[in-house]
Amino acid sequence: MSVIAAISTPNAPGGIAVIRVSGEGAIDVAARVFRGKDPRKMEGYTCAYGCAYDGDERLDDCILTVFRAPHSYTGEDTAEFSCHGGLYVTKRILRTLLNNGAEIAQPGEFTKRAFLNGKLDLTQAEAVMDIISARGSAELKIAEGLREGAVFRKVNSCSKRLMKLLGDLAAWSDYPDEDIPYVEPEELSHELKSIREELNSLLKNYDSGKLLREGIPTVIVGKPNVGKSTIFNSLSGCERSIVTDIAGTTRDIVEESVMLGDITLRLSDTAGIHETEDIIEGIGIRIAEKALENALLVIAVFDGSCPLTADDFYLLDKLNAHRIIAVINKSDLEQRLDESIFQEKNIHTVFISAKNSSGLTELRYAVEEMFSLNEECFSTATAANERQKNCIVSALDSVTEAINALDRGEMLDGVNVLLDEAEQSLLELTGERVTNAVVDEVFSRFCVGK
Amino acid sequence: MIYQMGEYDVAVVGAGHAGVEAALASARLGCRTIMFTISLDQIANMPCNPSIGGTAKGHLVREIDALGGEMGKAADKCMIQSRMLNRGKGPAVHSLRAQIDRVKYHNYMKFTCERQENLYIKQGEVSEIIVENDKIVGLRTSLGAEYKVKAVIIATGTYLKGKIHIGEFSYESGPDSALPSLFLSESLKKMGVRIRRFKTGTPCRVSRRSIDFSSMERQDGDSRIIPFSFETSADDLKNIASCYVTYTNSNTHQIILDNLDRSPLYSGRIEGVGPRYCPSIEDKIVRFSDKPRHQLFVEPMGIETEEFYLQGMSSSLPEDVQLSFLRTIRGLENVEIMRPAYAIEYDCCDPTQLYATLEFHKISGLYGAGQFNGSSGYEEAAAQGLVAGINSALKIKSKSPMILDRGSSYIGTLIDDLTTKGCTDPYRMMTSRSEYRLVLRQDNADQRLTPIGHSIGLISDLRYNRVVEKMRTISDEIKRVLSVNIAPSDEINSFLLDHGTAPLTTGCKLADLIRRPQLNYMILKDFDPNRPELCDEFSEQVDLQIKYEGYISKQNAQIEQMRQLEGKKLPADTDYSEIRGLRLEAAEKLNKIKPCSIGQASRISGVSPSDISVLIVWLQREGL
Repeated sequence: MSVIAAISTPNAPGGIAVIRVSGEGAIDVAARVFRGKDPRKMEGYTCAYGCAYDGDERLDDCILTVFRAPHSYTGEDTAEFSCHGGLYVTKRILRTLLNNGAEIAQPGEFTKRAFLNGKLDLTQAEAVMDIISARGSAELKIAEGLREGAVFRKVNSCSKRLMKLLGDLAAWSDYPDEDIPYVEPEELSHELKSIREELNSLLKNYDSGKLLREGIPTVIVGKPNVGKSTIFNSLSGCERSIVTDIAGTTRDIVEESVMLGDITLRLSDTAGIHETEDIIEGIGIRIAEKALENALLVIAVFDGSCPLTADDFYLLDKLNAHRIIAVINKSDLEQRLDESIFQEKNIHTVFISAKNSSGLTELRYAVEEMFSLNEECFSTATAANERQKNCIVSALDSVTEAINALDRGEMLDGVNVLLDEAEQSLLELTGERVTNAVVDEVFSRFCVGK
Repeated sequence: MIYQMGEYDVAVVGAGHAGVEAALASARLGCRTIMFTISLDQIANMPCNPSIGGTAKGHLVREIDALGGEMGKAADKCMIQSRMLNRGKGPAVHSLRAQIDRVKYHNYMKFTCERQENLYIKQGEVSEIIVENDKIVGLRTSLGAEYKVKAVIIATGTYLKGKIHIGEFSYESGPDSALPSLFLSESLKKMGVRIRRFKTGTPCRVSRRSIDFSSMERQDGDSRIIPFSFETSADDLKNIASCYVTYTNSNTHQIILDNLDRSPLYSGRIEGVGPRYCPSIEDKIVRFSDKPRHQLFVEPMGIETEEFYLQGMSSSLPEDVQLSFLRTIRGLENVEIMRPAYAIEYDCCDPTQLYATLEFHKISGLYGAGQFNGSSGYEEAAAQGLVAGINSALKIKSKSPMILDRGSSYIGTLIDDLTTKGCTDPYRMMTSRSEYRLVLRQDNADQRLTPIGHSIGLISDLRYNRVVEKMRTISDEIKRVLSVNIAPSDEINSFLLDHGTAPLTTGCKLADLIRRPQLNYMILKDFDPNRPELCDEFSEQVDLQIKYEGYISKQNAQIEQMRQLEGKKLPADTDYSEIRGLRLEAAEKLNKIKPCSIGQASRISGVSPSDISVLIVWLQREGL
């Protein structure tokens, strides 16, 4: 199986981070990055001290541990870099490994391989499927989040330009009898060079820490007038939402990035989720439900001064699959809420009084605790970012190859296939297939057919 | 009154391009086969363009031929002009197209079917399919005749509830005024088949005497003709007809625009979904209003007829409007219409109900092929007919099915597209639909698929051995060429300069010179004294395989990678909603498409890489 790599330690500040590389040829890939001792000459279960290099640039001191198949977690040849845990360095090492022949691991892939190689027994299969599924869903959410970002918009613009070229080429070769403009290699090359420039600048400015910096998609939910906006405002430190005593006053989503220690939350304040007949409010609720689907963290707010209502239960029902912190607001009033349901569901609870600003520190701690020690979220975020970047890298490679082929004076059928590959790489971010997309492009732009 | 009319293995409903291939394949594989047609005079009729092949379609014909189908041979026998399209755009997109004598083609196919052992042809309208326990057991005709059969292949083309529209007028009809099939749709619906309505159309036919060819551009065939079939000798083929090109103009457009309200397409009387690649002239003018003119081709319908076909002028406007807009066109000022253009609506199925074998998920022994599956075109139909015919026979003989993957052929790509992704308008094959088109060329269809056709039993040992021999000769020559060195000399350097490429300073491989775009294997003959005598076709193969080696090996590696997932088979009776860890959306899609492999599953939109990982783990756990 191909060589895969990922950061496999949690985002614990100041600790040691481990980057794992596994698969046939993993040790060769490691050898291209590690200097100190030649990993190819190392036996299984041995380690060596050295440095990780990106070309001639020294990245960090490392201990490299080598495992030989079948004696490793995955059952394949495996190398593990233990380095100094800083986010930036860890990701640089991972990126360097990816540039040297490794692919970014799919969600749960180390575990999947361990299972397929007989390292886990059959009874553990379901657990494996659960892990893949949970991480897959998390990554999908992050990938969707990435789609709203500026990088994606730029990728999209490159993709559209390439698609136009592919449409020209397809119409020209599939409809030789129609009066379709001849595709001039010089013009094609000119446009490709401009696309290459755009992709290049995109890569240069690409920051794989962006998502962590921009934040984990977080929503604050709760029935109307439970104090969501007050909590939002006190977390973000400014008044953005309209806070009144009239239920249903937040109808759009207000977004804010909030730093909590090492963690950034991309916080959305939403309309209260409940059944309504008010049309405008209904729209707000639908937007809120959509945001809820995409969130990685949900802060669910409940009113401590009254028992749980039907709306609260409706909400709790919707939250099943999420990472949740239940905030019991209005701790300044007499408490009438039965919190046993939270214990039953194993939901972390925090008591606050938004009005008196008490308990907010505890909320921050709860969030920080939940994420800073959570390996899954950190590694999935990194993986989603690296995957996006990889798509750009391979698109760039194919475009460059196509430009070279054109310069050599090659036929356009070969060049066309290279451009297909470039476009397929970019479309990977949206899950479209290039063959289908090109056909649509041809029919929408050209008047062809008998 | 219902009466018994005997037992057969396979029944084919329809005798168009899908039907005849299906029936011939099944009969040739030893199944007692019965083919029904509403009229014997419509067997393998070409109700639209009088040509076979074209971009990507030419690939299909060659693949059909390599698997043991009939279309290539028939086209060679009945061709009146042949052209290799896209010369100069690279071998991946070279496409063969032949103008065909329509009546001769029908006669050839009818006669071939009539003489085929195990094949029985009946004129009659199949009105009902009989199913017991989700399994085919027989069928009935509208006369009450009942036949016991083990498999049924539906290849009804545009006959199924066919309805023709010409202007304000419409009537129930099959193509070319044949009778429509009126009852079968209901029977299929009762069995749970999802039926929908598509639309297509054809331009009018006009009389040769009324055309002024002197004011049109003439288009002749190639001087060196390449046949479709491996079995045809190029020496037997001759161009005996010409085609012509002319253009619409602003007067044509004005007449069409002034009469749009009389078109059933624009007044909403047609509910069927029309093909995007084959728009009617009124569509073209409305959608591409900035185009000052549209091109049309004037093509002969055969040798012993005065009918000419006007490619590009498909329309559903009334006959009087057709005549007046045609008469604005250069060369058609006095044109006489013999058959008016029409639009035709018909029932067809949603092909995502089919496995890649073209058998329905829900009904064992029921297959679909051709336009009934939502495709369009004679070649697409024939390809599916062949696959359905082969698979029905293999199933009856308890052999494993023939599934062609996307890396093997355009046929595989076509069927994978239809059964995995479905289609929202009639599906036409195009080279851009294949991601492996540098490997799936029309020139190597014989090398790719003859071994499969041979192992199934549709290709003779003799022919198979000839293909093997051809491949060996080519690969031996490539091996030899790769080891030939060329030393720099005045002779070679002046030759290189003459061809606009850099002279040699040190020695190099002959293959390196062949790879230069300005040069090729053929013209370097004089610098390669030990070269064996090869025919043009073999020389071109050597040239192409050396020139495109980089691309070909890259695509082969991609195909290899794709096949690893294709090899992981998913059981047909899998209930995906029971598999833990699959997202709901993925489970629903998988249950709908019922992919035959992990590879096919991975191409379903809405199935993510993690879903695929879950499936792989699940397969392993189940020990499958």
